[in-house]
Amino acid sequence: MTSIGTGYDLSASTYSPDGRIFQIEYANKAVENSGTAIGLRVKDGIILAVEKLVHSKLLVPGANRRIQTIDRHIGVATAGLLADGRHIANRARSDAASFRDLRDSPASLKWLADQIGMYMQAYTLYSSVRPFGASAIVGAVDKDGPSLYVVEPSGVYYGYHGAAIGKGRQLAKTELEKLKLSELTTREAAIEAARIIYLVHDDTKEKEFELELSWVSPETEGRHVPVPADLLEEAERKAKEALETFE
Amino acid sequence: MDRVDVEQLKKGEVDLGTSIMAVQFDKGVVIGADSRTTTGSYIANRVTDKLTQLHDRIYCCRSGSAADTQALADYVYRFLQLELQFTQEPPTVHNAANVFQSMCYSNKNALSAGIIVAGWDGINGPGVYNIPLGGGLFRQPWAIGGSGSTYVYGYCDATFKEGWGQDETIEFVKNTLALAMSRDGSSGGVIRMAVITEDGVERLFIPGNELPKFWEGKEVLGATPKLPGWQDTPMAVEA
Repeated sequence: MTSIGTGYDLSASTYSPDGRIFQIEYANKAVENSGTAIGLRVKDGIILAVEKLVHSKLLVPGANRRIQTIDRHIGVATAGLLADGRHIANRARSDAASFRDLRDSPASLKWLADQIGMYMQAYTLYSSVRPFGASAIVGAVDKDGPSLYVVEPSGVYYGYHGAAIGKGRQLAKTELEKLKLSELTTREAAIEAARIIYLVHDDTKEKEFELELSWVSPETEGRHVPVPADLLEEAERKAKEALETFE
Repeated sequence: MDRVDVEQLKKGEVDLGTSIMAVQFDKGVVIGADSRTTTGSYIANRVTDKLTQLHDRIYCCRSGSAADTQALADYVYRFLQLELQFTQEPPTVHNAANVFQSMCYSNKNALSAGIIVAGWDGINGPGVYNIPLGGGLFRQPWAIGGSGSTYVYGYCDATFKEGWGQDETIEFVKNTLALAMSRDGSSGGVIRMAVITEDGVERLFIPGNELPKFWEGKEVLGATPKLPGWQDTPMAVEA
């Protein structure tokens, strides 16, 4: 990192001479070091999947969830600092709630992604704060159908058919590109998502992980919920099988 | 809790003691209002326009305090403009009505505003939303409001039919308002109407001397049969 020692990385309110803000790039590093999170936008819904690294055997299974629900129809998967991800989710929740309050209709994901983007961007402006060390994949089925966005620490957000953030994002992206995402059903996509998370998990470096899998599908009446236990079990079994035969 | 009362305006405050109305039909809505604005017994404006545009195809009919309802409509207008820029899609009538409702409810102790929001949108089609004094929100096939409305509830109940076309709906609004204006001292002047459909907004105007006429008593008094040999008995003069 050539930026270190130059003094241009001491605050988010200082540009480097070539126009970069190093604090944002460091925030991206925090995301890159995190367990992988992926999102799939398919024909009839969206899937979120997270490789939650378990750093201690003493932890209660299912603790420190990285997939959260923002509104009935909106889910978020975060990568990066866990606490930052939770703060973003809480902020998004209150944004979505106040949208409902005033208009008596659910927020579109496009609107919510914009709100989160503006909020995160504000943390790149001042010397007194640091940018969020987390990226968020937000997914929903709203009045325009299924949609998926990724909001980055800089505040930019893009819409995707398939998205991957965190450690294993490169491999995950190549796997996502092989899928015909707009032709898959949510059930098929759940299996694929689990397979990708198992595939990108590097068990030489990290020992344990838990798979988090959630969706908004025709089976959930438009709600964002964890996938049912039987589907999760099937997805994990098939993911392990696929690992045996991969390459 | 203090009660809001349109009859209890501040001394000298301008009142839209009013007759307003909105009716839904298959392709849109017809809204209408009288044109009288008063300060006490003085008619401050006899050609008021109480139909206020909130968005391309969303209007409101205002009753109560002129100042309160103008301020509320201005706020909602601004909100919907901002919303359009944010979402790049037109707001629904339901959304507009809900913004009105939250303002009317949360400031219910300070406001006297009875509003009907009506219009057309691409998601729900035509819609009429009544927001009476306490700040409730009610979707209705037709709504009447203002002091004049109390005299014509029975007429509306007896007359309204579902499945009307545009012309029948316009006649209904015109007749109802004429009846309300003839009985209510705080309503009068001209009738202003608007027809809101997907195609746009058409404004209609009925001058005061062309209002629909109903029974006004003359025929019966004039037709009192005079029997032969019948004589008027003048009233006795006291003392």
